[in-house]
Amino acid sequence: MMNNAFAQPMWLNGPAPGQFYNFMGGNTQAELPRELTTAGPFGTKHSTAAITTGSSVVGIRYAGGVLVAADTLVSYGSLARYQNIDRVFKINDKILLGGSGDFADIQSIKRSIDQKMIEDQCCNDGVVMKPKSLASWLTRVLYNRRSRMNPLYIDVVVAGVDEAGVPFLGNVDLRGRAYDDYVVATGFGRHLALPLVRERKPKDRDFTFEEASNLIRECMKVLYYRDTRSIPQYTVGICSASDCSVKGPFKVEENWTFAETVEGY
Amino acid sequence: MNALGVEQFPDYKVPGVQHVDFSPYESNGGSIVAIAGEDFVVIAADTRLSSGYSIHSRDQSKLFKLSPHTVLGSTGCWCDTLSLTGLMKVRMQMYEHTHMKTMTTDAVAQMLSIVMYNRRFFPYYVSNILAGLDKDGKGVVYSYDPIGHCERATYRAGGTAGSLLQPVLDNQIGYKNQNLAADQLPPLTKDRAVSVASDTFISAAERDIYTGDSVLINIITKDGIEQKTLQLRKD
Repeated sequence: MMNNAFAQPMWLNGPAPGQFYNFMGGNTQAELPRELTTAGPFGTKHSTAAITTGSSVVGIRYAGGVLVAADTLVSYGSLARYQNIDRVFKINDKILLGGSGDFADIQSIKRSIDQKMIEDQCCNDGVVMKPKSLASWLTRVLYNRRSRMNPLYIDVVVAGVDEAGVPFLGNVDLRGRAYDDYVVATGFGRHLALPLVRERKPKDRDFTFEEASNLIRECMKVLYYRDTRSIPQYTVGICSASDCSVKGPFKVEENWTFAETVEGY
Repeated sequence: MNALGVEQFPDYKVPGVQHVDFSPYESNGGSIVAIAGEDFVVIAADTRLSSGYSIHSRDQSKLFKLSPHTVLGSTGCWCDTLSLTGLMKVRMQMYEHTHMKTMTTDAVAQMLSIVMYNRRFFPYYVSNILAGLDKDGKGVVYSYDPIGHCERATYRAGGTAGSLLQPVLDNQIGYKNQNLAADQLPPLTKDRAVSVASDTFISAAERDIYTGDSVLINIITKDGIEQKTLQLRKD
């Protein structure tokens, strides 16, 4: 009991009749929700590593809507374990969610969000959650978890349109850091896709739909060529005032003919 | 292992003890400069949001309008900034509803200190500078450390380039080391405050990789808040 700073003498704080003796000398822990604690006399070790992971998500905002793309791979370390899993979700008629990071945590947060959408529907008042509200809610959930040192290892892209049809594209990470911009990327996309999109942004106007969808195709191609945790298949979520859906899966246009000319390896 | 009657953890690992590799903090960069005059105050912040060598956004305002005559500039760990400013807005709205008046800048300054100190042992990792007009209409600047120490000043720089900018302000606004008598100091005009603030940011963008893209400048007078932007280098 050398770590028990304020140990009480053996029989003073003894068990009530019929109960077992509490060898922690009265150091009982306050009851926290199960997901926040594990039993342990010296504290709690939380899982701090992602196991099954999704790589990049890329989002582009254009005049009147947003596009969100992610490949369909969920890796288990370096193993390309699950190759046909959508990582872009339709949340409601106004919101898309793209998830990267620990896929179990993505599924967990997705379940909570879906439950919220059902509660919204139960009100039957025609009020639909807006993407900005969901992004804000996610910052609170993720910030709370990081403050308890038990983070959800995720990096999500929230996209959609509000009731006036104004597009929104934002990012929330595992600490609850949030921002919105005309282009957002997670994982390797942050290094490979972001500069590509920023380079092509006209100064005086938003992207058009054509420009945005061509850029998404280009980004997914570059990511497939250079990100080892990727596969040549991806889905694209489209959200505008008239449509909100996840399209695909699409194939990356691969071209390996240059490989024959590579020498010296 | 029993110093002062309190038992310490041994150096070797105790089973079950938390060994975390997760850091709740992250530096997202950014700088703030605030300069107060007789009947105005200027507060400026850059718009770059980054971590490490990545720039997340080139257009993120770090100035938060808390009332018609109070603006808070906040940089550091962006998730803490979001939480802190969100809490400040809630608390100010509660004050407005209970007292039927807007909080004065001095009251906001005091409250911010208390809100920050509430997290003394898990601090908001932020560099705050509060600028506004006091109840006499005089320009004021308050600066804070992450745990809530509050100091009233007339000019202050903060954030990642704070240590780069403060000496420039000492010289150009405080007229330090210029061997001027107290009655010889030229009065500070609004235009000079804005141009000094702009110049410091242009210089900071040259040397600090976390400062750049553009600067948002808020000029607070009794007539309202005037907003200006200035483009900085974007590399």
